[in-house]
Amino acid sequence: MTYVIAGSCIKDDSCIEVCPVDCIHPKPGAPDFETAEQLYIDPQVCIDCDACVEACPIDAIFAEFELPAKYEYALELNEQFFDEQSTAERTAA
Amino acid sequence: MARTRPRVAIVGAGPAGAFAAACLLRARGDAEIDLFERLPTPWGLLRGGVAPDHQEIKRLEDAFDRQTLKRGCRFLGNVEVGVDVSHSELMRHYTAVIYATGAQTDKSLGIPGEHLPGSWAATEFVAWYNGHPDYREVEFDLSAQRAVVIGNGNVAADVTRMLTLSAGELERTDLADHALEALRASRIEEVIVLGRRGPAQAAFTSAELRELGHLDGVDMRVDVNDVELDPVSRRWLTEAGTFTARKNVELLRDFAARPARIDARRRIELRFLHSPVQIRGTTSVEAIDVRRNEIVRSDDGALRARALDEDVETIECGLVLRSVGYRAVPLPDVPFDERHFVLPNERGRVLTPDGEPLPGVYAVGWIKRGPTGILGTNKRDAEETVSCLADDLQAAALPQPPNPAREQIDALLAERQPDLVTVEGWRAIDRLELERGRSQQRPRVKLASRSELLAAAR
Repeated sequence: MTYVIAGSCIKDDSCIEVCPVDCIHPKPGAPDFETAEQLYIDPQVCIDCDACVEACPIDAIFAEFELPAKYEYALELNEQFFDEQSTAERTAA
Repeated sequence: MARTRPRVAIVGAGPAGAFAAACLLRARGDAEIDLFERLPTPWGLLRGGVAPDHQEIKRLEDAFDRQTLKRGCRFLGNVEVGVDVSHSELMRHYTAVIYATGAQTDKSLGIPGEHLPGSWAATEFVAWYNGHPDYREVEFDLSAQRAVVIGNGNVAADVTRMLTLSAGELERTDLADHALEALRASRIEEVIVLGRRGPAQAAFTSAELRELGHLDGVDMRVDVNDVELDPVSRRWLTEAGTFTARKNVELLRDFAARPARIDARRRIELRFLHSPVQIRGTTSVEAIDVRRNEIVRSDDGALRARALDEDVETIECGLVLRSVGYRAVPLPDVPFDERHFVLPNERGRVLTPDGEPLPGVYAVGWIKRGPTGILGTNKRDAEETVSCLADDLQAAALPQPPNPAREQIDALLAERQPDLVTVEGWRAIDRLELERGRSQQRPRVKLASRSELLAAAR
């Protein structure tokens, strides 16, 4: 299971602040932060703790099995974002 | 001597102003903040810009309310700084003034016919459908079969969606009643969206582009030849393209490969590498002339569009919405950078023409950095400005204003603006709008004229 950020994300970084495993990227200061249209959750790292869901001011984060139909694509999209650069690579940088 | 509480005026209650107020209250719990707003309602483009069918984003209002107005920050609505009260008057009443006035006008195309009736800035259309009281009386002629939207950003996507959604879909939103009525009667069947550059350079977010291609009963047309990238763009996409740009190109290829839907209610056509050269019509818009471009890499490495030496093509249409960006306007008595259309500033400290910080004057949001970024961008922006202000307060670099008492500014405002809207007035407006919404199974039914808003606030 993983949590998923949907396309309505406004890049408020409250979720990043509360994530205990640093699996939400890009983070402010990362080279691709400004150009990113939203934030993404790394499904390989997410521990399903729900903290980001509580923190998001616009309820843009969903448990994988609760994704509304219009955001179904977002599960794969979050995953694909980390195919280009994994959390491990991002945290090492 | 007891330390006096800093008094801060924030001018503009949009997202930048709200994030700044929230951030300042976290940094300096003793700050007394007055949030000035030209309109009787707070939250700026969150209320008046974000599309009515994107209600989930409007939930941010609750966070703004919780972090500002419910924490003692005062709302002073229906007061225009520079008109009802001047900058120097504010400086006499506050320790610091933070400008968060945004970018209130649109960039122009600079082509003949741009100002013909029927050619509008997309932002005017947005203000109209979102119930901005200054646009209540504006009438959009939606009787032609075809509209042309110029631009490839999210505002272009928003207005295209509003022109193509069904009445049933619009009725579930908080779109202004006058706009709902006009859009119900709209005869527009086709919207052509023009992009000056190619698919790889489109400024849409992939979320907005995906949404545009999945509207109920709306066909999405993209020419297969348009999504074949030129060598310059192909190389750029591989070497420097963003995740979003790659997703956009994938989406556009999918759209181009779809068979045409002849049963569609309406049609959207995305055309890339085309620039408008002239808007034509005798008394109102009848057609737009467009010319093809190619992508070239300029000396600074940026990819730009260059006109091809080909004949212009004429597209008949009755409505043109120009969506090529916002631009800030100068504020009376505050320095302005005429080249970049922002308040000259360093990390949010406004600078004099000599480049020295102007004590006690700050900027945040689009008036500080230009019209870029999305809602959340203002949070980091506000943190930067507020950290400068907090440092200046800590260093005792800001003198006590001559008239620091709350009663003094209140007396001045009572004299200048008898129809001042306070937080109680805004709550009354909010309650009434939500109630009206509940009875119609809509998220909210907006009061869209200044007189209705003020009557509800009284």
